Amino acid sequence: MRIFVPGDAAACAVGADEVARTLERLAAGRGLAIEIVRNGSRGMHEMEPLLEVATPAGRVGYARVAAGQVEAVLDALVEGRDHPACVGLVEEIPFLRRQTRLTFARCGITDPQSLDDYRANGGLEGLARAIEIGPEAAVEEVVASGLRGRGGAGFPTGIKWRTAAAASAPQKYIVCNADEGDSGTFADRMLMEGDPFLIIEGMAIAGLAVGATRGYIYIRSEYPHAIKAMERAAETARRGGLLGPSLLGSTHGFDLEIRVGAGAYVCGEETSLLESLEGRRGEVRAKPPLPALVGLFGRPTIINNVLSLAAVPFILAEGGKAYAEFGMGRSRGTMPIQLAGNVRNGGLFETAFGVTLGELVEDIGGGTLSGRPVRAVQVGGPLGAYFPPSMFHLPFDYESFAEADGLIGHAGIVVFDDSVDMARMARFAMQFCAAESCGKCTPCRIGSVRGTEILDLIVAGDRVDEHLALVEDLCETMKFGSLCALGGFTPYPVLSAIRHFPEDFRREAAPAEGGSNAFVD
Amino acid sequence: MTGNAHDPRLWTPQEVEEILRRHAGREGPLMPILGDVQAAFGHVPEGAVPIIAAALNLSRAEVHGVVSFYHDFRRAPASRPVVKLCRAEACQARGAEQLAPLLERDERIELETVYCLGLCASGPSALVGDQVYARLDETNVADLVALAARGSAL
Ligand SMILES: Cc1cc2nc3c(=O)[nH]c(=O)nc-3n(C[C@H](O)[C@H](O)[C@H](O)COP(=O)(O)O)c2cc1C
Ligand code: SF4
Ligand code: FES
Repeated sequence: MRIFVPGDAAACAVGADEVARTLERLAAGRGLAIEIVRNGSRGMHEMEPLLEVATPAGRVGYARVAAGQVEAVLDALVEGRDHPACVGLVEEIPFLRRQTRLTFARCGITDPQSLDDYRANGGLEGLARAIEIGPEAAVEEVVASGLRGRGGAGFPTGIKWRTAAAASAPQKYIVCNADEGDSGTFADRMLMEGDPFLIIEGMAIAGLAVGATRGYIYIRSEYPHAIKAMERAAETARRGGLLGPSLLGSTHGFDLEIRVGAGAYVCGEETSLLESLEGRRGEVRAKPPLPALVGLFGRPTIINNVLSLAAVPFILAEGGKAYAEFGMGRSRGTMPIQLAGNVRNGGLFETAFGVTLGELVEDIGGGTLSGRPVRAVQVGGPLGAYFPPSMFHLPFDYESFAEADGLIGHAGIVVFDDSVDMARMARFAMQFCAAESCGKCTPCRIGSVRGTEILDLIVAGDRVDEHLALVEDLCETMKFGSLCALGGFTPYPVLSAIRHFPEDFRREAAPAEGGSNAFVD
Repeated sequence: MTGNAHDPRLWTPQEVEEILRRHAGREGPLMPILGDVQAAFGHVPEGAVPIIAAALNLSRAEVHGVVSFYHDFRRAPASRPVVKLCRAEACQARGAEQLAPLLERDERIELETVYCLGLCASGPSALVGDQVYARLDETNVADLVALAARGSAL
């Protein structure tokens, strides 16, 4: 019997390791031949730990299994009885059935640390084809796919690759940005833990395409599971010919190293990340020069988000056109969207661009976990705008969100119910910016501290009109006087909160504690 | 990553030298070195800075500048076990701010704030050493504190 117990951090954080240990102990005690696979997560985080049993009909799931329940589940299995935790065939669960999984095709299904499993499930086809068609054609496939950077800025990946490919230098680099600092996002983490060879394959293709032989994966220190998973996978990849002097036996060589961040949000910004890799303070560099021309150690460098690189093996294997057939307008392909916060069915939902915000939050997400009405969603991380349900018609794509004074960023959607106090959320955005500013520009470094203070006064009900005007002024200054999006985009959550939820800024002075909102109850 | 912050071992120059040797010849070695020093001693000791600076041909000020930039590098070891509670937006939406005062008051541990552990559909969440916890509430957060205080992970 093959039983899957996710090794993903979201499962381990709710007891999956103990479930696996218990299962192992019971199986040994009873002399049952059970193979336990620590798979990635399917991305239905409310169901974790989601234990799955391979059957001839497909994989049958048992949701939210606690270590204390394992014995009863095992008994039911052995005796062919039902168990209340059983959720039936996992593939038939609507949350999964409604997705289009290109990037997450294997995540949760395979043994993430088995290169054989990876190969048996379509892995390495992209790299093999890249080797076959050669660097220039590989770059053109990525251009044709219409893939745009999934890290937030949405820059066309193929164009970036062309630039680096055209540069000549004794050494070029591929850097994978796995700093994933945005609240409400975990797709990079899930992929590192659930399908790490995909990221390595994407980086190897990038290396081949632009002529880079060295790479770095920069992972945030808050992700201990992902760090271990990537380190182990890189070791296996080296032994299996997916890394090293001869990729899959070809004349192309590529190798990479895992590097760990040290708790600075700004190091997700690409030039700050490069500074950090070089061993300096993570201060943002002015652009130009573009990293594609003058990047790590002054060499041409491709820096891409985990999800951008992970989309590449499909694009090479199936062709850029096949990828571009998904999506709408200038947003091509699929996006691994992350439903987070106060949402009933939270987790990872990969789908073609164009689905509306309302479908995501209400239909797929199932509304709030608390059962109260949805009041606000923040899209795109701490620098993204807050939207009320009246804007749920917005289609999920880069342009529509930009037109609505927002951004999709790394595609995290954080749901809040009607107990949220939006003035406090606006204040939090300023405080976060103050805590994480790299300090290089005054509007960001000082402005965010002042912004926090002024919003405190507003929350306290002190000269609200005057202070709101001051905040708006300050936001204008930050927008136009900041070198990077930390200072430049913090105005998005602040101004959107003021615009869409003005009543929260004009309340009678409320008591200073608790997060709840007196005016709702 | 974070090491045994509540059990700060005395550091010696020899151990720092040993860490430096492990990273000899690497490109951009400063961050991995500081990461290892932090993990080994629960902080980056003042006295380690000149040793690292000399080995990498940097000024002390440069090394200091890097140490002070990153939240993970502590100047002094924590005196109690550290619980890192996520207080970013998605965890706030699920009640993290109600837990924070409970942890703040608890004298057995030191509360640190982190912004996101990538468990945003299962918050409130926390990190103790390398062990992650999610779906925290007022009841199970007490268990977590008790475990952290004993220095054992679940
Ligand atoms: C403050 C700040 C934080 C960022 N954090 C991340 C991050 O955690 N991960 C990421 O991929 N990109 C992040 N970015 C965007 C990067 O600067 C860059 O656009 C991206 O790595 C490029 O890769 P892509 O084209 O594949 O998206 C951040 C940008 C800013 C301004
Ligand atoms: S906007 Fe803020 S984080 Fe960005 S470069 Fe300026 S000071 Fe640094
Ligand atoms: S916001 Fe708390 S884990 Fe992401």
